[in-house]
Amino acid sequence: MRALVWHGTHDVRVDNVPDPEILNPRDAILRITSTAICGSDLHLYDNYIPTLQKGDILGHEFMGEVVETGPEVKNLRVGDRVAVPFTISCGSCFFCTSDLWSLCDNGNPNAEMAEAMWGFSSAGMFGYSHLTGGYAGGQAEYVRVPYADVGPIKIPEGLSDDQVLFLTDVFPTGFMAAENCSIQPGDTIAVWGCGPVGQFAIRSAFMLGAHRVIALDRFPERLRMAREGGAEALDYTEVGNTLDVVERLRDMTGGRGPDACIDAVGMEAHGVGLEGWYDKVKQVTQMQTERPIALRQAIQACRKGGVVSIPGVYGGVADKIPLGAMMNKGLTLRMGQTHMQRYLQPLLGHVEEGRIDPSFVITHRMRLDDAPEGYRIFRDKQDECIKVVLKP
Amino acid sequence: MQSIPSEVHPVGARDRKQDMNVGDAERFVSVLAGAAVALAGLRRGKGAGLAAAAAGAALVHRGVTGHCNVYGAAGIDTSDKGRIEQAVAMLPANRALHVERVFTVRRSPEDLYGFWRKLENLPRFMQHLERVEVLDERRSRWVARGPAGTDIEWDAEILEDAPNQRITWRSLEGADVANDGTVRFEPAAGGRGTEVRVSLSYSPPAGKLGATVARLFGENPEQQIRDDLRRFKSLMEAGEIPTTEGQPSGRK
Ligand SMILES: NC(=O)c1ccc[n+]([C@@H]2O[C@H](COP(=O)([O-])OP(=O)(O)OC[C@H]3O[C@@H](n4cnc5c(N)ncnc54)[C@H](O)[C@@H]3O)[C@@H](O)[C@H]2O)c1
Ligand SMILES: [Zn+2]
Ligand SMILES: [Zn+2]
Repeated sequence: MRALVWHGTHDVRVDNVPDPEILNPRDAILRITSTAICGSDLHLYDNYIPTLQKGDILGHEFMGEVVETGPEVKNLRVGDRVAVPFTISCGSCFFCTSDLWSLCDNGNPNAEMAEAMWGFSSAGMFGYSHLTGGYAGGQAEYVRVPYADVGPIKIPEGLSDDQVLFLTDVFPTGFMAAENCSIQPGDTIAVWGCGPVGQFAIRSAFMLGAHRVIALDRFPERLRMAREGGAEALDYTEVGNTLDVVERLRDMTGGRGPDACIDAVGMEAHGVGLEGWYDKVKQVTQMQTERPIALRQAIQACRKGGVVSIPGVYGGVADKIPLGAMMNKGLTLRMGQTHMQRYLQPLLGHVEEGRIDPSFVITHRMRLDDAPEGYRIFRDKQDECIKVVLKP
Repeated sequence: MQSIPSEVHPVGARDRKQDMNVGDAERFVSVLAGAAVALAGLRRGKGAGLAAAAAGAALVHRGVTGHCNVYGAAGIDTSDKGRIEQAVAMLPANRALHVERVFTVRRSPEDLYGFWRKLENLPRFMQHLERVEVLDERRSRWVARGPAGTDIEWDAEILEDAPNQRITWRSLEGADVANDGTVRFEPAAGGRGTEVRVSLSYSPPAGKLGATVARLFGENPEQQIRDDLRRFKSLMEAGEIPTTEGQPSGRK
C-alpha cells in the first residue's frame, strides 16, 4: 500500500510499504477514506518528539471502512464506516473504566520507554513515535486498529467524511480543553493558538456557556476564522512581549484577567523578542525540549483562582515556568492527551443535530500522494493553510 | 472481560533493551542535566562552550533512548543488565540473586490465581519460557529458551499453594540453576483489583555454565519480571498483549 513515511527532519515521503495485518484478536483493518495532518504531526515533522524512527508511518486522524476484523471484535462488521480515536485504549483497565482513556495501562507496547521519561506511560497512539507505542499511523491506504471493539465509532448515514473526520482528534481535544475550564456564567476564556485545536476550543467554550472568548495568534486567516467563531481576536505580535500580552488581557477583562486560559499552542510556540530567542536557542541545543512561551503567558495572565487548560502537547522538560504565579494565584492546571472515547458519542450527537459542522476548519484537500506538500504548507502556514485533509 | 486468546504475540521489547547501556536512574538525571550542561556551555560561548552544549544535547538523547554513544564506544555499561552481569560474575557459587516486582491488575485474586495456577499458562506471558509441563499435583517441568537456540530444562515443585492468595515453587535437585519463586495475590484497596507481587531467587552456578545461565536468567532480571508482569496484566485485563510486531513500516 501507499503510506506517508517519516525519513527525517522535514523529510516525509509517500512510499510503498506492506499492507497491515491482524496481529491481535481485538484488531481490525480499515481502508482509509479520509485522513488529516495535525498540529501534533508538525512536532514529528520538525523532529521535536524523541524516539521517532526512519521508516515510521505517520498519521493519527483518520476514518474509513472496516475490511477485516479479528475474532474478538464482535461489534464491527466488514463494510462499517467508522472514525477512529487517535488514542489506543483497552477499555477494561482502571483508567479506561474511570473514563481516563488516554491514560490506558494496556495500550503502549513500549511502556517501559515512556516510564523512563514520565514515570508512567500514557495510552498508545497511532503514528506518534515509539514513546507512545510505535504504532503505524493512518496517513495511508490501510491501517491496523488495535482494540477495535472499543475505539472506533460507527458513523450514521447522511454525514460526510468532512463532517466527522475531526471527531478523531481535534474536535474532542478542543472540547476537552474548554470543558477543563469549568466554565461559569459570565466567564471570559482566553485561547492561545488559533490552529484547529484552538478553533474547536473557541467554539466548544461557547457551547459550554462562555460569555466571551479572546483568541491569540499571529496569522490573519486564523484570527479571521476565530472571529467567525465568535471570539475577539488578538494578534500578539502587535501587542508585544509576554508582559504586554498579560497587560492587554487584563485591560480587556475589567482588570480581572481571563477566568480560564487555554494553551492550544504547545511545545513549538513562536516567541517575540528576547524571550522567544532564549527558548529557541535552548530548544535547538536540546537544553529544554519545549518552548513554553504560550504556557508562560497563560499562567501569568490567568485571574486568581482560575484554570489553565493545556491541550497543547509537551513531551519533555521546560524552563522558566512561573511556578510562583501558579502557587500564589492558586491556579488549577488541567491537561492531558484527550480522553477520546469519553467524547466521541456526545460530540457525534452535536454534529448530527447540526449544532456544529466541524468541516469549517478545512482549508486544503489533497491526494495522499501530495501529503509531503501538505506538511510543508501547513508547517509554514503558507497559502492560508489551517487544516489539510488527504484522500488515499 | 474478553476471553483469553490461545495465542499471543510477545512484545518486541527485548531487541531494544540490548541497545540500552544507561541505567534507569542515570537516564532521568541525564534528561534533566542535559539541559543544564548545555545552558552552561552556551553562556561560555564559542569553543569549549559549544562542546558543552553538544554534550548537553547528547545527555538528553541518552536519557530518552537509554543509549549512550560514548559508553558504547568505551565498552562501559551502567544499565541493570550490565550491573547484574558484573554482579553475577563476582558471585561465589550458590549465592542467590533476588528480585521482586509488583503490579496492580484489575481482576479478582480468584481469577488471577486460577490463571497462574495452571502453570501451562505461564509461557503466555513469561517471555523466556518455552513451555511448562505439569507432571503431577506438585511437580512440573520447565523449558526455557537458552542462548543460541539451546533449551534449558529443569523440574520444579510447588511448595505452598494457598488458593487465591499465594503460590510458592522451587526447582528440584539437579537443576542447572537452582531457583525458587513466590507469587502473591492481594486485593487492592477501594476495589482497584489485585496487587500481584512476584519474587524470584536463583543461584547461578559458577564457571562457564554459570555465565550462560546468567545470560538467560540474569539478563536484567528486574526488567524481565517487570515485562512479564506487564504482559500478565494486559493479558488478564485486555485479553491480549499489545504489540506492533509484524506491522508495516517503511524500513527495508
Ligand atoms: N492534547 C491532545 O490530545 C492534543 C491533540 C491534538 C493536538 N494537540 C496539540 O495542540 C497544539 C495545537 O494543534 P493544532 O493542530 O491547532 O496546531 P497548529 O500548528 O495548526 O496551531 C498552533 C497555532 O499556535 C499559534 N502560535 C504559535 N505561537 C504562539 C504564541 N506564542 N501565542 C499564540 N499563538 C501562537 C500558531 O501561529 C498556530 O496558529 C499542538 O501542540 C498539538 O500537538 C494536542
Ligand atoms: Zn492530532
Ligand atoms: Zn485501558
